Amino acid sequence: MKSWLEKQRHLIDFTLASLARRKARNLGLLAVYGLLVFVLAAASLFTHALRQEAALVLHDSPEVLLQRLVAGRHDLIPPGYLEKIGRVRGVQKAEGRLWGYYYDAVVKANYTFQVPTTEAPAPGKAVIGAAIARSRGLAPGNTISFRSYSGKLASFEIAAVLPAASELVSADLVLVTEQDFRSFFDYPAGHYTDIALSVANPQEVRNVATKLAAALPDSRPILRDEVLRTYASVFDWREGIMLALLSAAILAFAILAWEKASGLSAEEKREIGILKAIGWETGDVIKMKLWEAGLISLLAFLIGYSAAYVQVFHFGASLFEPVLKGWAVLYPRFQLTPVIDGLQVATLFFFTVFPYLAAVLVPIWKAAVTDPDAVMRT
Amino acid sequence: MRLRPSSWAVLVFGLALAVFVASFVDAARLRGVRAPDQAATAALAARLGLTDLALFTEARYTRHPSQADLHSAFQDHPLALEHFPSGSVMPLPAGRAAP
Repeated sequence: MKSWLEKQRHLIDFTLASLARRKARNLGLLAVYGLLVFVLAAASLFTHALRQEAALVLHDSPEVLLQRLVAGRHDLIPPGYLEKIGRVRGVQKAEGRLWGYYYDAVVKANYTFQVPTTEAPAPGKAVIGAAIARSRGLAPGNTISFRSYSGKLASFEIAAVLPAASELVSADLVLVTEQDFRSFFDYPAGHYTDIALSVANPQEVRNVATKLAAALPDSRPILRDEVLRTYASVFDWREGIMLALLSAAILAFAILAWEKASGLSAEEKREIGILKAIGWETGDVIKMKLWEAGLISLLAFLIGYSAAYVQVFHFGASLFEPVLKGWAVLYPRFQLTPVIDGLQVATLFFFTVFPYLAAVLVPIWKAAVTDPDAVMRT
Repeated sequence: MRLRPSSWAVLVFGLALAVFVASFVDAARLRGVRAPDQAATAALAARLGLTDLALFTEARYTRHPSQADLHSAFQDHPLALEHFPSGSVMPLPAGRAAP
């Protein structure tokens, strides 16, 4: 065992000395390799964390939401719907929700107005999201005015600003009372935007949705599971777009690595020839070259991955934010909580380290089995 | 004493491996630190019945993708460009000419 270890150490000593002879070339390769791992790791760490965050914060969103559709478009829930839903077996609670959008021309951003069912602010007051407070320079006690749908100016006193830590879901929210909401949007009495339902037995959610669709054919039930799936696919898609954009860089690296790994330079061939001539065995030459490729690829992986982790979770993923998060005037500030999937890291390792090792092996083996004299003469 | 190149390699790799392992430890630490904020956000989402993340506020189908009109194509107006990936990867239906 000790002699085996000593032999490997000598091989590594020799490999490093050989790498040092082509310092600029190998450092360049390490840098490009590390950069590629960094970009791929950052994209996958970021989207995975964002997907998990969405699943976690939306875990207790309404079990079923019922929309009414008119000619394929979302329409208001007319009076009488809530009573009809109450008669569907399995529905524990049905609540009409009031929410809508308002375009604020001052900062050119859309707000989401909503009426909270509990802890609603007092009439004439509003609770706003932290991103609105930031973009309009508002604090509790200030007044904000919007042009209502009837054309009149409506003023709200800011009762509170929602916690900055919850910006991911509340950045653009304006919470007002039902009375203020209806008068601001000129909303017809007795109508609702949609209905939130809770179901007594979680196993029955799908059955209840089917019953609702049968009882109210113009309605569209949206299950919590579907909401969570929507988010999973949105971030899968964004990760895909990111990887598609990077595909040119990946391809460029693949060509570089292939060229470096598969086409041995004349100098390298001569080196192999000399080693064979002074008594190295084919196996030793292959081991030495595998150590070379292994050291470069493993170091590139460790550096690239670690840098990606720090960039995503400690520097806010500033490099990929625009592509992965989307863009908006009111952009929530949030810090992602790291959730690292072991399989994801293993997949990244497999696809970045192994192809390089495989590409190295064949030409080395070819050169190593050739007669030293022939190798040195080529 | 001068270190052998292989000793340097062990040192560098040991350091890089330690940083790699530290990223997992740091992830666990950050999860613990941010858990109360996450729980508060989830509680707010549950209290208000929120269904979507406020990541993209520019249009209703980006602000509330899970509540949009079944992601209908051209849902804004007939000349509006498709915002969803299907618009860029799906071919036109057979028998329909490109504009």
